[in-house]
Amino acid sequence: MDSKVISMREAVGRYVTDGCSLAIEGFTAFICFAAAHEVIRQRRRNLTLIRMTPDLVYDQMVAAGTAGKLVFSYLGNPGIGSLNAIRRAVEQGIPGPLELEEYTHFGMIGRYIAGASKLPFFPLRSFIGSDLPEVNPNIRTLTDPYGGEQISVVPPLNPDVAILHAQRADMQGNVQAWGILGVQKEVAFAARHVIVVVEQVVEPEVIRRDPNRTLIPGMIVDAVVHEPYGAHPSYVQGFYDRDNQHYQDWDRLSRDPAELEQWLDAWVYGVQNRREYLEKLPPGTLEQLKPSQALADSIDYGEYR
Amino acid sequence: MSEYSANEMMIVSAARALADARSVLVGVGLPNIACNLARRTAAPDLVLIYESGVLGAQPARLPLSIGDPTIVSGALWTGPMPDLFLYILQGGWVDAALLGTAQIDRFGNLNSTVIGSYRSPKVRLPGSGGACEIAINARRTMIITRLTPRTFVPELDFQTTPGHRKKGTTGGAADMPGFGPQWVITDKALFWFDPEHGEMELSSLHPGVEKDEVISSVGWPLKVARQVDTTPAPTTQELQIIREELDPEGLYR
Repeated sequence: MDSKVISMREAVGRYVTDGCSLAIEGFTAFICFAAAHEVIRQRRRNLTLIRMTPDLVYDQMVAAGTAGKLVFSYLGNPGIGSLNAIRRAVEQGIPGPLELEEYTHFGMIGRYIAGASKLPFFPLRSFIGSDLPEVNPNIRTLTDPYGGEQISVVPPLNPDVAILHAQRADMQGNVQAWGILGVQKEVAFAARHVIVVVEQVVEPEVIRRDPNRTLIPGMIVDAVVHEPYGAHPSYVQGFYDRDNQHYQDWDRLSRDPAELEQWLDAWVYGVQNRREYLEKLPPGTLEQLKPSQALADSIDYGEYR
Repeated sequence: MSEYSANEMMIVSAARALADARSVLVGVGLPNIACNLARRTAAPDLVLIYESGVLGAQPARLPLSIGDPTIVSGALWTGPMPDLFLYILQGGWVDAALLGTAQIDRFGNLNSTVIGSYRSPKVRLPGSGGACEIAINARRTMIITRLTPRTFVPELDFQTTPGHRKKGTTGGAADMPGFGPQWVITDKALFWFDPEHGEMELSSLHPGVEKDEVISSVGWPLKVARQVDTTPAPTTQELQIIREELDPEGLYR
């Protein structure tokens, strides 16, 4: 079988087009900043950015002017504070107006599940007594046809492109991941095109020896990008920790649009690719982020001939 | 009696309120320290659940966020977020949850979405995250926030998360599988909700706090329980665990 491994530049150039809807997911973990920076470098515009927690990754993309709309459930710099660029866009229209489509976490999860499983809607116990349905007409209620109670429903969400980071995949895009899995599997099945970005490209036998650990089958994957440390400054379980200094620095520098612009010039526009970004990091940064080992016991699947 | 901070009083109060809980959905920051303190004191068997998809966590360090890798290593279970929200939360396995807020009204309704109007907000806040469905599906919630007139308001700018009564009405209880807010834990006092009307009542004053100080910080005529207790101060043991084990750098002192 042919390899799906291509460069980040090719993957973004081929699948992320102006005006498309893009989900770079990963709940606190596995956030593919490498892909976001490539989208910024390729100067994509008017994107609908979809993500439960926009995080720094979409703060940067909004600041860079790539986004026209945001679909989300929690706008924060996790454990630190606000997303200053997105707040500027919402509160002051800088650098341009940003349309918001807002849910709760469960609402976003339900939308991805409906999208992945080709259901017309997903029922969930949320939104009761909340003002969110008043500001988002996509959140509706139905009468349970069996019991008669009112239940909230959300519509399917099918992003044009999903970009997901993980520990490893084979050349066909069979992805294995461990740690905080978020909605990676759901958004992969919901999206029209799937790009997976991994720390390691492994032989197919590695995948086949542990099929329970496979989160996303290669069958639904369009492209595989091998990009070590592609999730920095977020983290990859067992590979590197979150670079919290970076999250704290962003909180400070993103308050000033001029300083933020300088940061984009230096760290996004001023580098060709992820390798150059990594070379710019202060010496010793990546070594400091490496955790010590905590191995799981190996298991026996058995051989059945 | 040793000196302690307002945050430490809040942490200790929340930890004690978890004494009879089997499982708790943990938030980051103060709630996280409170839940880990409860596990070391009042509730040794307490199961820590994080909305990121982790159950039975034993964080070896103070997590930087609710998705910190330290909550995965050594946990009992970790899985996709749909499993957490569908089976664990909506399935009824979350006993207690701790929520923060920017505004709270007399029925325990919460606003974490905007200050000002939704379409052109003065301040855009984070939004619900999981708070709305957590309040609806957890057996009970506790709200942790500082007591200020800006927070304890007669009317919310936006209702993100339901409490005991829907905004602006005193009609029927919001239709929730859980019992709703049980305690409001602040730096000055503890409040509970009168079971008949679901309205917040002053229940306990922290040592050295005057009743009038609390009443004047609340933006509506505050109900006061028939008997107002004095919250027991943090014990030496509680303070020692917080300062030496849970927050040795004093980030939340």
